[in-house]
Amino acid sequence: MTWLPLAGLVLVLITGALLVALIFLQRKSPARFRRIPAFDHLNRAIGLSVEDGTRLHFSLGRGDMLSVNGAASLAALAALQRIAQQAAVSDKPSVSTSGDGVLAILSRDTIESAFQSVGAAEQYRPTSGQVSGLTPFSYAAGTISVIRSGDVSANVILGHFGAEAALLADAAERENTFLLAASDNLPAQSVLFAAADQPLIGEELYAAGAYVKAGGSHLASLTIQDILRWLIVLVLLGGMLLKLAGVL
Amino acid sequence: MKRPLATAFAIAFGLIVLLGYFIPLPFFAYLRQELILWAIILAAFGVLVGVANLLAVHLEKIRRRQPGYIYSLLLVLSLVITAAFGFLLGPQNPGLRQAVETIIVPVEASLMAILTVTLVYACIRLFRRRLDMMTIVFLATAWLVLLGTTPLPFAEVSVLNYLLRPWLIHVPAVAGARGLLIGIALGTLLTGLRVLLGADRPYGGK
Repeated sequence: MTWLPLAGLVLVLITGALLVALIFLQRKSPARFRRIPAFDHLNRAIGLSVEDGTRLHFSLGRGDMLSVNGAASLAALAALQRIAQQAAVSDKPSVSTSGDGVLAILSRDTIESAFQSVGAAEQYRPTSGQVSGLTPFSYAAGTISVIRSGDVSANVILGHFGAEAALLADAAERENTFLLAASDNLPAQSVLFAAADQPLIGEELYAAGAYVKAGGSHLASLTIQDILRWLIVLVLLGGMLLKLAGVL
Repeated sequence: MKRPLATAFAIAFGLIVLLGYFIPLPFFAYLRQELILWAIILAAFGVLVGVANLLAVHLEKIRRRQPGYIYSLLLVLSLVITAAFGFLLGPQNPGLRQAVETIIVPVEASLMAILTVTLVYACIRLFRRRLDMMTIVFLATAWLVLLGTTPLPFAEVSVLNYLLRPWLIHVPAVAGARGLLIGIALGTLLTGLRVLLGADRPYGGK
């Protein structure tokens, strides 16, 4: 066995062990995180949509489960579960759109279980998790029609998107609806920074679960991400010093 | 019974694929390869389910005469006609391929053109919506890079073309992108581990 896969395995095992340990430890003393204003605005928007009896639209992107993009979709599904629970008492049930068949199946399952968990199973419709298009721009075109349907008051765009996310952001702005947007894709992040009212940058997408209170495992994940980030900073600084010293 | 079984399958198959990736033993590699092939076949069925879902949503819109149902009708007709010709002539038929290239490609290209206009408009609105240091840095950088890339009608600005633009692209932009990618990689790792441990169950909830 070469050292690189072994190092990867060790990293995964240590991170997994830390995750399990912190899930139990944080039940006693939960960690505190910096304020991200976008999530405060999201909570307010969910409250308003429940009061108005309007719909909350969740756009999950085009991340397929067979590639690395699937992680962004999984993070988005965890947030969808919690947000759909919060908005379940609204007159109009939440709806999700996705650009991948498997993701649509998972989103329907997630919304159904979210409604069941708060005793609102009757809110679930087979059209709650829709596929709006299977190519980037057909997905954008199909999703815009949901955003502009007139009964949506808040849009959450989380997952894997390309630059077409700007079209969704523009549609949400034209409808004067709330928009929170994040993607794991760097070009999409840059267009969303310009086009979205409440953009999330970098790994903030993966923090969504912790900020919408999706469970202790999300809080533990954030703590571990911080620990690993500091380790990487130290390794980079060490490497730089060794390079300057002529050792590397 | 369905949910514990789904959780057990997800954790077991996830662990096998992970071990096959890290431990280069033939048995694990074979299992990993087989499971990935199963997943590819299931994903192909997922596409079919997606198309059926798309059809169901738009048929419902047409049935209820919802606003914009005429577009749904157009979508259903296009889908049925394309599928019928696809089944009859085969996906490699030159006529069918040409139909796709002369309809779908230009439509997507026109949406791309709309996207550029949308982005310019978004950049202008950004000043009104969020005027802070990050916005100024973002727009100034975009402006300088564009100016350094676009051919100018008068003389070229050497400092911009050969010094400032390459420096912006290769030093601060690459450094920022790497920082963001490290954060995304850590988020990806932890998201995967949550699913492997059964803490996140997107296939049946809690």
